[in-house]
Amino acid sequence: MTSPAEDVDVVAARPRPRRGVSLRDAGPPIALVVVFLVFSVLSPEFRTLGNVQNIMDTASVLAVVTCGITFVLLMGSIDLSAPGIMGAAAIAVALLVANNRNDHDLGLAGVLVAVLLAAALGCLSGLALVLLKVPSFMTTLGVSAVGLGVATLMFNGVQPNISDDLLASLAVDRLLGFSYLTWLAAACVLVGYLIQRYSRLGRYAYAIGGAEEVLSLSGVKVAPYKVAIFTLAGAFYGLAGVMVTSQLSAGLVQAGKGYDFAAITAAVVGGTLLTGGRGGVLHSAVGVLLVTVLTNGLVQIGVSPYWQGGVQGLIVVVAVAAAVLPQRRRNQVVK
Amino acid sequence: MSVNVESAPTPSPSAAAPALEVRGLVKHYPGVKALDGVDLVVRPHEVLGLAGENGAGKSTLLKALVGLVRPDAGEIWVRGEKVRLKSVVDAADHGIGMVFQEQSLVPNLTAAENIVLGAEGAGVRRGVYRWDTMRRLAQEQLDKIGSHIDPLARTDTLSFADRQMVEIAKVLRIEERTSHPPVIILDEPTSVLESKEIETLFTQVRRLREFASVIFVSHRLDEVLDVCDRVSVLRGGQSVGEVATAGALPAELHRMMIGSTGADDHYHDTAIRRPEQEPEPLLSVRGLAGKTFRDVSFDVRPGEILGIVGVHGSGREDVCRALFGAEPTSAGEALLDGRKLNLSDTRSACAAGIGYVPAERKIEGMVGPMSVADNMTLAKQKARCVGPLVSPRKQASLVDRWIDRLSIRTPQRSTAIQRLSGGNQQKVVLARWLVADDVRLLLLDHPTRGLDIGARSEVYRLMRELANNGVATVLLADSLEEAIGMSDRIVVMSDGRMTAEVGCPSGNKPTPLDLVKEMV
Repeated sequence: MTSPAEDVDVVAARPRPRRGVSLRDAGPPIALVVVFLVFSVLSPEFRTLGNVQNIMDTASVLAVVTCGITFVLLMGSIDLSAPGIMGAAAIAVALLVANNRNDHDLGLAGVLVAVLLAAALGCLSGLALVLLKVPSFMTTLGVSAVGLGVATLMFNGVQPNISDDLLASLAVDRLLGFSYLTWLAAACVLVGYLIQRYSRLGRYAYAIGGAEEVLSLSGVKVAPYKVAIFTLAGAFYGLAGVMVTSQLSAGLVQAGKGYDFAAITAAVVGGTLLTGGRGGVLHSAVGVLLVTVLTNGLVQIGVSPYWQGGVQGLIVVVAVAAAVLPQRRRNQVVK
Repeated sequence: MSVNVESAPTPSPSAAAPALEVRGLVKHYPGVKALDGVDLVVRPHEVLGLAGENGAGKSTLLKALVGLVRPDAGEIWVRGEKVRLKSVVDAADHGIGMVFQEQSLVPNLTAAENIVLGAEGAGVRRGVYRWDTMRRLAQEQLDKIGSHIDPLARTDTLSFADRQMVEIAKVLRIEERTSHPPVIILDEPTSVLESKEIETLFTQVRRLREFASVIFVSHRLDEVLDVCDRVSVLRGGQSVGEVATAGALPAELHRMMIGSTGADDHYHDTAIRRPEQEPEPLLSVRGLAGKTFRDVSFDVRPGEILGIVGVHGSGREDVCRALFGAEPTSAGEALLDGRKLNLSDTRSACAAGIGYVPAERKIEGMVGPMSVADNMTLAKQKARCVGPLVSPRKQASLVDRWIDRLSIRTPQRSTAIQRLSGGNQQKVVLARWLVADDVRLLLLDHPTRGLDIGARSEVYRLMRELANNGVATVLLADSLEEAIGMSDRIVVMSDGRMTAEVGCPSGNKPTPLDLVKEMV
C-alpha cells in the first residue's frame, strides 16, 4: 500500500459540488439588460412601448427557429436545414389554407400538415446522420436544399397569397399589447424548456452532447433519440415557416432565408455551446432577445441597416470567444 | 503462499456454485491471439485479483465478461448456468457489471441521472422525468456504499474519487435486475487515485464483498495483494496460475506474470554512476508561483533525478508544466546554468535543451496516426533537415539509429505510432528529446503510466543511462515506490507548497511513510 490511511486524517482540498449560477449562465441576461439600458439612454425612440412590441414581434420567428436548433446544438450536432424546411412549410401552408391558387381551405389542419412535412424533413436529416453516418453539417445542408426544392416545386412560378382569416390575424391581432405570433413564440420556448428539463428526449440530448459513448455502454440505443431530436427541430422550423407566411400573408420559397445563421448566432450568444452539452432553450431565448435588441437599437440610434449583416457576424465571433474564455488555457488546440 | 498451476476447473455441482466461471475462453484478433484458453473462477463474496502484463489478455477477458467482445470459443457460466453475453445490458441482466478504466459518466448530467442512466425505471414515466423519484433511486444506490454525494450535483463538479463512487453506485443497480449477488468488475480503479482516495476505495471494495463478488484489476501488485482474497494470473492470453494472497509477496506474483525470474534490481540501482564531486546545479527554481502553486524553490544537478511527490491537487504537475512554459507563472524564476529561462512559451524551453514527457501520452505525447519517424523528429526539426527542407535520408538514418539504441520494437520507422505498444510509444516520445543530442533537462510527468512491468523497467534503465550522461531529470512518478526507487532526492508538495526535501540516495532510501507525513 502506498499510504496507511490510519495516519491520514486531513482530506485533500477538492472542488465542492457547485449548483449555483455560473458566469456563463448569468452573462447573457446581464448583457441583455445592459444593452437595453444603454440604448434606452441613447435613443428616446428605442424606449417607447411601441418599439418594445416591435422588438418582440421581430424576435418571434427567430425564437421558434432557435428553440429547435438548440436541441440539435445540445447534442453537439449542427443544423443548417432551417431555410429549406421553413420555405417548404411556408409554401405548403399557403397552399393548404384559403388562398388564391387553389380551392383548399383546411385552416388549422393545413398548419398541422405543414408542420408535419417540416418534421418529416427534419427526420430525414436525422436518418441520414445515423444510417449513412454522414456528419450533420452535410446532411442538414442537403436537406435544406431538398426543402427549397420541394418549396420551389409547390411554388410553381405563382406566389400563393393567403386569405385565411385565422392565419392572417395571427400577425396582426394583439393580446396584452403583443401579437399572437409573439405569444406563440413564448409558448414554444416554454414547451421547449419543459422538453429539455423533464423529458427523456431532452435529457438524452444533453447526454449525447456530453458523452455519447457512455449512453451506449449504459445500454441506451442512441440513434432513435438523434432522429427524434432532428424531427423535433424540423417541427419547430416548420412552425416558424408558417409564422412567416402569416406575417407576409403569402407563401415565399425564401421564407427562411438567413435563419440558419441567425439562429446559431442567437443560441451561441445565449450561452449554448456549439460543442454540445451546455446551455438550453432559455439560454437561447435570451440570446434571441439580445441579438434582436442589438439590431433594433443600432437602427434606432441611426446606424445604417446595411451594417447589420456585418455586425451580426462580429457578434457571433465575439460571443463564441467570450463563451470559451473561462476554459481558455495555454497551448489549447482549436480546429 | 501457495502457487498451483491449474488444470481446467471442475464444475462444482454443490450449492456453492461459483458466481462466475470462465472455461477455455478464446478470442482471436487479426494477427493476435488475445485469449488462448483462459479459465477463471469467481466464488460468491470473494475479491478476485486479475494480474498480468499489458497484452496478457486482461482487457479482452473483461470485455468478454460484460458482452463487449464475443469470444470465438469457450464458455461463460454464471451460477452454474451457461450464458451468452451479447451486450452490456445482457451482462447486467446476468448480474455482471463493470467500472471502466476510463470513467464512463456523462459529465454534464447530474450524478443521479448517471446512476440510473439507461435503466431509469420509475424515474421516467412515459418519457417524462420525475426528478424526486430519480433522486430517491440514486440516493438508494449511494447509501449502499455509504457515500454522501449530492445526487443532484452535476457530475463534472465532483472530484475524481467521488465520480468513481458514482460509477460504483451506478454499477450496483444491476442488483435490481437479478436476485443473486452480482459480480462487479473494477478495471484499474486506482490508476488515477492518490493514496488517501485509494484507501477509501479499498474500504468500498471490502464493503462490496458482503453482497457481491468483485474482480479487481490493477497494475500495482501491492494493491492487488492487499485487497484481494485470491489472484489469478494471465500471461500471453492464458491462465498461468493462481495465488492465495495471504503472505504472498509482489515479487512472487511478478515472477508468475513475466514467466521468469523477475529482476531484483527493478530500478537499476546498480547502473548508477556517481561523479566524484558534486557538480553545480543545472536548474535552479526560485520562488516560482502560478495558479495552483507558490514559493517553489529547488535545484537539480546534472545527472541527478529529482522526484516531486504529492497528492492529487498538490500542484506538482503544474510546476512541471510551468518549467516547460506550458502553464502561466505569476512570480519567481527558473535559471538554467545561471541563465534566466523564458517561461512564457514552450518554444524557448525546447531551445534551451529542456524536454517534456507529458502524462497523457495518447493526447499530449504523440500524434497517433503519424509515423514513428515523424513523431521522433517532431520537436527537433533541425535534426532531420538540410537547410529549410526535410531530408528523408537524414531523417531515416537518425531515426533508425535511435530505434536501434533504445531497442524500440516497431515493424518499420514509417509505422503509425499508435500501432506500437505503450512502452515502445513512450520510448519514441523520449527519443524525441534525444535526437538532437542537446537535451540537458528532462521533465518526466508519469513516464511509466499504463506501462507493464517489463516496459517500465526499460524506461527506468533509459533514465539511469541519461542521468549517467549528465542529463538532469525532474520526475513525477506514478507511485511513491517508483519515486523513491528512482530519485536521488525528493521534494514533497502539498496544497501548492513545498513541505519537505528529502535525500534519497541509493542504499539509504526513505520509507513511503516518511513522505506521506509531509504530503497531507
